[in-house]
Amino acid sequence: MKKLFVFIILIALASMLYPLLDTFHGNDKLSELAQFYAQKDNVTKVNSQNLVTAVVVTYRGLDTLGEVTILFLAAAIIAFFLKTESEKRTLRKNSEIFKTAAKMLVPIITMVGIYIFINGHLTPGGGFQGGAVIASGVILMLLAFPNMEFSHKFFESLESVSGLVYVGLAALGAIIGLGFLDNAILPLGKFGELFSAGAIPVIYSFVGLKVGAELSNILNKFKSVQAEN
Amino acid sequence: MDFKIISALLGIIMLAMSVIAIYHKKMIVAVIATGAVGLFASIMYLFLAAPDVAMTEAAIGSGLSTIIFFYVLNRIRSNDKEGRESDEIDEVIK
Amino acid sequence: MEYITITTGFLIIFAGLWAIMTRKNIIRIIIGFSLFDTGIHIVMVSMAYVKGGVAPILDKKELLTDTANKIVDPVPQALVLTAIVIGLGVTALMLAYAMKLHSEKKSLDIESFKDLKW
Repeated sequence: MKKLFVFIILIALASMLYPLLDTFHGNDKLSELAQFYAQKDNVTKVNSQNLVTAVVVTYRGLDTLGEVTILFLAAAIIAFFLKTESEKRTLRKNSEIFKTAAKMLVPIITMVGIYIFINGHLTPGGGFQGGAVIASGVILMLLAFPNMEFSHKFFESLESVSGLVYVGLAALGAIIGLGFLDNAILPLGKFGELFSAGAIPVIYSFVGLKVGAELSNILNKFKSVQAEN
Repeated sequence: MDFKIISALLGIIMLAMSVIAIYHKKMIVAVIATGAVGLFASIMYLFLAAPDVAMTEAAIGSGLSTIIFFYVLNRIRSNDKEGRESDEIDEVIK
Repeated sequence: MEYITITTGFLIIFAGLWAIMTRKNIIRIIIGFSLFDTGIHIVMVSMAYVKGGVAPILDKKELLTDTANKIVDPVPQALVLTAIVIGLGVTALMLAYAMKLHSEKKSLDIESFKDLKW
């Protein structure tokens, strides 16, 4: 009986959303807002090859600031909620192949992650992708050596320093340049080089480090409440 | 091959995986099916000319999210050792 | 091609809503939320597609002139990039709540938490 009511509610929602599907014909040319971002003098004003990075860091910078705040809030609430209760050491030993392979792979994974967020303005990539790759390297280390101590203080201080530098660079743009989160505070170089596009590589590097440290903290918190046998 | 045929195949596989994720009895299979939906969505983003979004969905939606689900399942199962299995509670509301 | 992807996105949204409203196990409700998020992201990215366009990365010389007729829309891709990371944070928070609820009453059934009903 209840399933029938749920079904009727879903049919009503579908009939409300149907006109959106009905009048959707595919785009033939860009919308007017996107044509503003693709014009030649606007592209030279920001001077980055990756247009999605230019939109995320400079034109829509306040959304990135809000997203970093939400991640910080989620990590803080999880750290407050789950208390660590198991102090007994685990007796499980992993096999030799796994430990050796983990020791060889983790530096390569970390270097790939750092490469992704340094070249955020030239190739597809950026801060969030690089942070997720670094967090997956950390979890490989946590699974291979479960007795190793995880230094909380290092990751917490890395996260706080990165957040402060990001907000400081944003406010510096308001003092020196043309507005909040402007990227003309460092010189815009030639189009397509590594040291170009002003402050975009610096801002994205600190966002990437902050996201990587936060995800590592969340994963370690979930691991440390496991009761080993 | 034409893009339409591949997109239609991917759509059918994603719908089959999501039905498995809702209705299968074991929890482990349901969590793996959720990860598979994210993986096929990442392939679909490549056909829609969005490489940034494809990279992010593959790393976060189909990698880290599945690992957090597995940690929670392990903790619940070790808490509930003497009682019944946590898979049997899953009945549909009558 | 974008008609097929937008229809797939809407069907996954309805599958996620059905899982939230008719299942009893708390972990399955959280799986439903994750499917709902994935569906909405597919719909948003497939509204940005321009017929015959390439990805918005200007690394070839011939893309620098007359850019506005050759690339796809970069604004919804930037919004979806942020939304995926926020979805992971909210899912991790919901799973922490589920662990805490289970350690109080030893049951994963949502019918056994009747403290707020009158």
